[in-house]
Amino acid sequence: MDSVIVTDRLTKKFGDFTSVNSISFEVSRGEIFGFLGANGAGKTTAIRMLTGLLKPTSGKGSVAGFDIYREAKQIKRRIGYMSQKFALYDDLKVWENIRLYAGIYGVEKSEIEPRSKEMLQQLGMEGEWESMVKSLPLGWKQKLAFSVAIFHRPDILFLDEPTGGVDPAVRRTFWEMIYAAAERGITIFVTTHYMDEAEYCDRVAIMSEGRIAALDTPYNLKRGFEVENMDMVFRKIARGV
Amino acid sequence: MAIVCRSISKGYYKIAPLVGTRIEALREISFEVRRGEVFGVIGPDGAGKSTLFKILATLLSPDSGCASIEGLDVTKDYRRLRSHIGYMPGRFSLYQDLTVQENLNLFARVFNTTIEENLYLIEEIYQQLAPFKRRRAEALSGGMKQKLALCCSLIHKPKVLILDEPTTGVDPVSRKEFWETISRLQGEGITTILSTPYMDEAASCDRIALIKGGKFLKVDTPTKIVSQYRHTLLGVRGENQYALLADLRCHSSVKSCFPFGDKLHVTLKGNKLEGEVLKRAELSLKRYLSEERGHNLVSVESITPGVEDSFMDLTLQMDG
Repeated sequence: MDSVIVTDRLTKKFGDFTSVNSISFEVSRGEIFGFLGANGAGKTTAIRMLTGLLKPTSGKGSVAGFDIYREAKQIKRRIGYMSQKFALYDDLKVWENIRLYAGIYGVEKSEIEPRSKEMLQQLGMEGEWESMVKSLPLGWKQKLAFSVAIFHRPDILFLDEPTGGVDPAVRRTFWEMIYAAAERGITIFVTTHYMDEAEYCDRVAIMSEGRIAALDTPYNLKRGFEVENMDMVFRKIARGV
Repeated sequence: MAIVCRSISKGYYKIAPLVGTRIEALREISFEVRRGEVFGVIGPDGAGKSTLFKILATLLSPDSGCASIEGLDVTKDYRRLRSHIGYMPGRFSLYQDLTVQENLNLFARVFNTTIEENLYLIEEIYQQLAPFKRRRAEALSGGMKQKLALCCSLIHKPKVLILDEPTTGVDPVSRKEFWETISRLQGEGITTILSTPYMDEAASCDRIALIKGGKFLKVDTPTKIVSQYRHTLLGVRGENQYALLADLRCHSSVKSCFPFGDKLHVTLKGNKLEGEVLKRAELSLKRYLSEERGHNLVSVESITPGVEDSFMDLTLQMDG
């Protein structure tokens, strides 16, 4: 199988505090991989290492075929990133946002405009080219932010709590975009605190105190822990309830 | 009554007066919250929840109408009122460069009290924060920040708690613990008004108000709101959920279809079906999916709606 993320005993220490403790896992191309855990379990630290923003203390890791120690720059070109906090600039127009991100990710200048137009058309937002992002309804902003994050056609998209604080209908539209991107071969690495969303993932890893406490398909996890839903799996792992 | 709102309206300009468009954030909202009640305000982003909470927290004054908490008017008596309310804003607003302990001490001293005096109120959450006592607030994870903010809003033992999305970014287990705290506070006679994007939390409130476009669409107990659900609701499972979703949406009898955890929730057009007619509808949908569309392991069963189904149905109705 073609693995786009591989880690081997990946570890990060801050002083005498071990935030990520020897995690090893692989993610296949086109997979929707859920990354769950209690607050402070080490999820964000792990993502920062995988996205080339933080040097690990020890262990190995590669993302999109590049080494996370030596080739952080190449990694950054091959991935997309989006979170609830980090999405679009409110005070820029729609096309300015697209141009900014496309430029940062090194998309050919001549390609930006036609691709932007095509993207807005697919989103049903052709009329919003000149609109300020802050004037858009939240659901549209989310869709646009997602499309901008994959505008440079990355191998992997990292989503860090992309649906935090979002209402039920918008949350679902967002997951349909995730499915569609995965169908097109983009690997999705997503964190969430909504346990119904954990069910939408192909496989789920649950972190607890810096370690991966469980990793399997939602179906197998539920069966293994002999519970009805992912919420109960999570509770058993996070607090040993 | 702990909270009384009479015909509150509030508007603001999106950019600046004269050039910007005026947004009516709240339109003549009236409601009451009983002492000791847990009252949830549920609605999409931009519905007016935060504006309402800021008015109750005496940080904004309404353009018209009036509101009072524990008999004190939110505009005229705001100084006296502030010692009776605990407010947790939607955006983290504690001091980022103070440690956990320093933030708590500061809030306690502002209200002329000490952490020890009301520690019993916040014990469970405080225990989880204790290992990070000396950490600066800016270095806390999202969930820990929310816990600290809740502690700070409770430190002076307020009579009324105003919590704007207190559990956003908080993990499922901590959310459950948070609700245990809320119900214990309720036992102490504390009134809570809060907003949440989690529908399981909405179901835990005594009453909920559904808000959209600055208006309350409905105020009732979660049970009553759910009992007013008027559609046939089916739970559908299959091997490939995403393909199933697309095929269900183009079926002529399907009104809407959304993913809900490990199954899809499908509402049918027309009135609620029962008995034999319902059985036939289930069967024909199952046949369509497995025989015409070739899906594997299809199951179709009628299910009881939850608050999330009701909320999505009501907001869809509003969108026309």
